Amino acid sequence: MKILTLAGLALAALAGSALAAPTILNVSYDPTRELYADFDAVFAKHWKEKTGQDLKIDQSHGGSGKQARSVIDGLEADVVTLALAYDIDSIAQKAKLLPEDWQKRLPNNSSPYTSTIVFLVRKGNPKGIQDWPDLLKTGVEVITPNPRTSGGARWNYLAAWADALKRNGGDEAKAREFVTELFKHVPVLDSGARGSTVTFTERGIGDVLLAWENEAYLALQQKPDQFEIITPKVSILAEPPVAVVDKIVDRKGTREVATAYLEYLYTPEGQDIVAKHFYRPTDPTVKAKYADKFPALELVTIDDTFGGWANAQKVHFENGGIFDQIYQPQAR
Amino acid sequence: MKRHTLPGFGITLGYTLVYLTLIVLIPLAALFLKTQSGGWHHFWETITSPQVVASYKVSFGISFLAAAVNGVLGVLAAWVLVRYRFPGRRLLDAMVDLPFALPTAVAGIALTTLFAPNEWIGQFFAYTQPLGAWASPQSPTGAWLATQDWARPYLGPTGIRIAYTQIGIFIALTFIGLPFVVRTVQPVIQDLSLDVEEAAACLGASRWQTFTRVVLPGLLPAIFTGVTLAYGRAVGEYGSVVFISGNLPFQTQITPMLIISKLEDYDYTGAAGLGFVMLLASFAILLVSNFLQAWNNRRNGVA
Repeated sequence: MKILTLAGLALAALAGSALAAPTILNVSYDPTRELYADFDAVFAKHWKEKTGQDLKIDQSHGGSGKQARSVIDGLEADVVTLALAYDIDSIAQKAKLLPEDWQKRLPNNSSPYTSTIVFLVRKGNPKGIQDWPDLLKTGVEVITPNPRTSGGARWNYLAAWADALKRNGGDEAKAREFVTELFKHVPVLDSGARGSTVTFTERGIGDVLLAWENEAYLALQQKPDQFEIITPKVSILAEPPVAVVDKIVDRKGTREVATAYLEYLYTPEGQDIVAKHFYRPTDPTVKAKYADKFPALELVTIDDTFGGWANAQKVHFENGGIFDQIYQPQAR
Repeated sequence: MKRHTLPGFGITLGYTLVYLTLIVLIPLAALFLKTQSGGWHHFWETITSPQVVASYKVSFGISFLAAAVNGVLGVLAAWVLVRYRFPGRRLLDAMVDLPFALPTAVAGIALTTLFAPNEWIGQFFAYTQPLGAWASPQSPTGAWLATQDWARPYLGPTGIRIAYTQIGIFIALTFIGLPFVVRTVQPVIQDLSLDVEEAAACLGASRWQTFTRVVLPGLLPAIFTGVTLAYGRAVGEYGSVVFISGNLPFQTQITPMLIISKLEDYDYTGAAGLGFVMLLASFAILLVSNFLQAWNNRRNGVA
């Protein structure tokens, strides 16, 4: 009898601890490592105060496309926080883990923070780079990852394209010419955004790095005496989206906490952390608070300029798309 | 009656077949089936597109060069390790295996760090240094080079570029291929009897004659085997090359990198197609290696 009671107690304790300590997995992309390390700690504390539960949050980081593929192939992500809506679309379409209209479920196209593409140059800006056309000056070397393998690189490419369109009154041929020329100035095409950052900051290759604004600030924070950030006049509005993965949270019974986790990103506390990690907040008050940190520039959107991600992907980055075409054997 | 050390032909053969099927045949068959899932046309288009063909040239061409260089330097290293006694020989001998043991990514990052323009070895190829001065735009040779299309990728803004060019890929592939040649040739050199060389010398052969007529014929099959193994390894190498290659289409993009790029497009069929081509190539190389080994054994009377 005593043994039975003990066993019952043990079982109850087990069940209790399972209830008390839910674990969620956030599958994210490369540059958000520091952001979510910080945010997870704050949210876990908030969750403990609210519900008394000890929440454990696991993080997985990698190239955005690769992360999406892992989720499709069975990585049990409660939430995905990726670089491109296109990658979450793929999860919805190929693995049917969440509805295809997932992007309508949270404010701002499910993007709690935005970012853009800026230039990181060497201290003193020796090549005098101020805006996109300066990248084509003779002798200027530009570092960007390969758009075929890197989500970040696609933003770089599209930002350059959008700027050229603006300068040439929407002339697609001129934009293509500009981007073709631009890639002739690229000596190394790393496969991911972090790889390019290392090539530029550690290996000393290139005069300008096309980078996420937050990556550029991180590099600057680490070596303030070596680099400068140049914000071009026009760039692209990057909206890294977040989503709860329905099928997985329903199976694991974590829907409530996963939803609260993402919603917390939109609160003033969440937005403050986001801004501290150099992502542009979307909350108006937090935005105003950090206004001097993020220089104003003209931001174009994927939807207006390229007819949405799916279309941009098809026209520019698919096998045989424009990016493949601008690399020709005799190009050099 | 012939006695076998391991009894039971049926059991051993059965085990071998099951084992080979599970570990080798099933995955390979799955790979082949996958290539066919997109249809023959898609498969053919993928493996013959210009960018892919250019990557074969980079992968197979540079691997061949690297294996050939290992064929010379590796034999030299094996010779030194067998024939001479010197302090640190055992240490050197053990170091030959390092490229085997080191995770390839570590090798790649280490080599890139050494050969990047602002790093240890790379800095000596700056235009202001003796090693790079001949290519500087101010020198006559450098001025001529600057007009040559093929040379342009190697001329960085401050010096000769090694990492992120085909030279970088070559260095990485030489590095990972070295142990294959040394380890195949070493035992053969050990077995060479000194008497024969002494006899050749007594009969009036010069050093060069002794080497080309007496020593080399015995070594040649082993050298070929070592070189094919090094070649086979280099063709499929990804981890170390991806860091040091600039990954530029038509210039420094290796085929394994394109496989990753296909996966990124969710083009699993295309990726499998490229994988299958690499597989066929490796298989052909290994087949050649096996024939060479058989030839080697026959000549040495082992058979």
